[in-house]
Amino acid sequence: MSSGTGSTTRRAGPPGEPRRVGYLFVLPAFAVYAAFALYPLLKAVYLSLWHWDGLTLATWAGLSNYADVLGDERLRGAFAHALVLMVFFAVLPLLVGLLLAAVLHRAKVRGLPFFRTVVFLPQVVAMVVIAVAWRRIYAPDGSLNSLLGAVGLDSWARGWLGDYTFALPAVGVVGTWLESGLVTVLLLAGMSRIPTELYEAARLDGAGPVREFLSVTLPSVRAEIAVALTLTVIAALKTFDLIYMTTSGGPGYSTTVPSYEVYRQAFEVGQVGLASTIGVVLTVIIFAISFVITRIGDRGGD
Amino acid sequence: MRVSGSERLANYAILMAFAVFALYPLVGIVAAALQPDTQAPGGLANFGQAWEIGRFGSYLRASALVSVFVVAVSTVLSILAGFAFGTMRFRGSEALFYVMLIGIMVPAEAIVVPLFFDLRALGLTDTFWALALPQVAQSVAFGTFWLRAFFRSSNRSIIEAARLDGASTWRILWQVLVPLSRPALVTLVVLTFMWTWNEFLIPLVMVPTNESLRTAPLGLGFFSGQYTQGFSLLAAGAVIVAVPVVVLYLFLQRHFIAGMLEGAVRD
Repeated sequence: MSSGTGSTTRRAGPPGEPRRVGYLFVLPAFAVYAAFALYPLLKAVYLSLWHWDGLTLATWAGLSNYADVLGDERLRGAFAHALVLMVFFAVLPLLVGLLLAAVLHRAKVRGLPFFRTVVFLPQVVAMVVIAVAWRRIYAPDGSLNSLLGAVGLDSWARGWLGDYTFALPAVGVVGTWLESGLVTVLLLAGMSRIPTELYEAARLDGAGPVREFLSVTLPSVRAEIAVALTLTVIAALKTFDLIYMTTSGGPGYSTTVPSYEVYRQAFEVGQVGLASTIGVVLTVIIFAISFVITRIGDRGGD
Repeated sequence: MRVSGSERLANYAILMAFAVFALYPLVGIVAAALQPDTQAPGGLANFGQAWEIGRFGSYLRASALVSVFVVAVSTVLSILAGFAFGTMRFRGSEALFYVMLIGIMVPAEAIVVPLFFDLRALGLTDTFWALALPQVAQSVAFGTFWLRAFFRSSNRSIIEAARLDGASTWRILWQVLVPLSRPALVTLVVLTFMWTWNEFLIPLVMVPTNESLRTAPLGLGFFSGQYTQGFSLLAAGAVIVAVPVVVLYLFLQRHFIAGMLEGAVRD
C-alpha cells in the first residue's frame, strides 16, 4: 500500500513511508541535544582559538593553544600518561580476558553466571567509590604494604600514590582491575557463539589447545576484540574522576591526564581557551581511535 | 568440550583467583565501613553516623531527583526520536541521525567548559537545570541510537496491521510498539540511571556552591577531602553512594551487561 517503495529510494534509508511528521517526533530530542551537547562542542572549538581567563576580555589566540598542547611539557606529559594508561586499561585487560575466556570456554565449568556477575560488578560502581577503595589499598598503612610485609618485601613498601615512579602504574592497575571483567564477559559471549564443528575439525587435524586457540578461537572473536578495545581505550582517556580522587595529577604532574587538565586549566588556572583546546583534542582522539579500531575489526571479519 | 580432571580443577582455581581479585577492593571497603574508630561506633551504626556527619541524606535526595528527571525526560524524548528515525522516512533523517550519533562519543570533558561559562552568563549555574539538562542531552543521544535500532528491527507487519485497524501513528507508537519494546526500554532506563547516578564531572562543575544540589558521588568527593579523622565513616559513605546502583544491578544484571556491551559501538 505504501507508494514510496520505488527503486530510487532504498539503500541505507530506514524502512517505512515518507512521513513529514518525523520532524516533529525528532524535534524535542534534537533540540535538547543541540543546545546542551552539540552547541557546547562547537563553542569549545571556538573558545580554543582564544586566550581567555573566564572573566576579562578574550584575546585572539589563533592556533597557539594547539601549539601549547604540543609544546608545553606538562600537557605533552598528560597525553603521554594517557598512552601509558591505555596499556593498563586496554592491553592488559585484553590479555587477561583472552586467557580467562579461552580457559573457561574450553571446559564447561559450573558457576559461570555467578562468576560473570562478580567480575562485571566494578563496571557499575561509581568511580569515586572505587577511588576511595583503592586509595586505602595504596595508603602507606594500607593493605598492599601489609601484604608486601607479610611476604618479607618490606623494603618495597611505600605510599604508592605519592611516589613519582609508581603513582601512574598504581592508577593504571585500578584500570586493569576495572576493565578485565568487562573484557572477559564480552569475549566469553563471543566465544559461546563459535560453532563446535570448527573445534571438531581442528581436533581432527590434530590441533592442540594452543593451535586451537590461535586458529579457531582468536579469529572468531575479532569483532568482540574490536569492541573491547574501543570501550577500554576510551575509558583510559576519560579518567577524570579517578585522577581527581586519587592523585590530583601528582606528585608533581606525574599522573596528570588530558581530562584532568581540562578541569585544572579551566577552573583552577583560569586558562579557558587552553582547557577547551585540550577538550577538543581529546574528542578528536576519541573519534579517531573508535573509527580506526572499528575499521580493523570489520576488515577480515565476516 | 571434554577436558581432563586436572584441567577442570585448574580452571576452578583460576576462576576463584580472578573473582577474589575483582571483589577484594569492594569487600574491603564494606569491611572497613563496619570498623569502629574515633568517630565511628562500629557496625551498622557507622552508616547512621556517616549519614549525619557526611550529610548523605541530602546528597542522595539530590541524586535521586536528578536521576529520575534525566531518566524520565531522556527516555520519552528517545522513544519519540528513535521511533521517527527507525520507522519513518523524511529528508535529511540520515544526516540528523548521524549528528546525534556524535553525542555518544563526545566526552563530557569537552563540553563542560563552554557549558559552564554559557550557563553562568545566563545565571543558570548552581541550578537544577545546569545539572540535569546536559545529562539529558548525552542520554538522549544514546537513547535515540539504542531505540532506533530496536524499532527498526521490530516486526513491520504488526505496525501495518494496527494501521489497517485505523490506529493513528501516535497510538501505534504508545500502545503497540512501546509495550513490545519493554526489554530494550528497561535496558535503556537502567543504563541511563547508572550513568546519571555515577556522574561526577558535570555536578562538580555545574553546581560549584549550591550544597543542596550536591549529588551523592560529589558529596563523597567533598567528604573525603574534608573528613580525615579515620577511614570508617568515609568507607560507610562510599558504600551508601554505591548501594542503589549495585542493588539494581543484582536484580537486572542481564540488562546492564547486554546494554553496556551491545550499546557500545554497533549499528
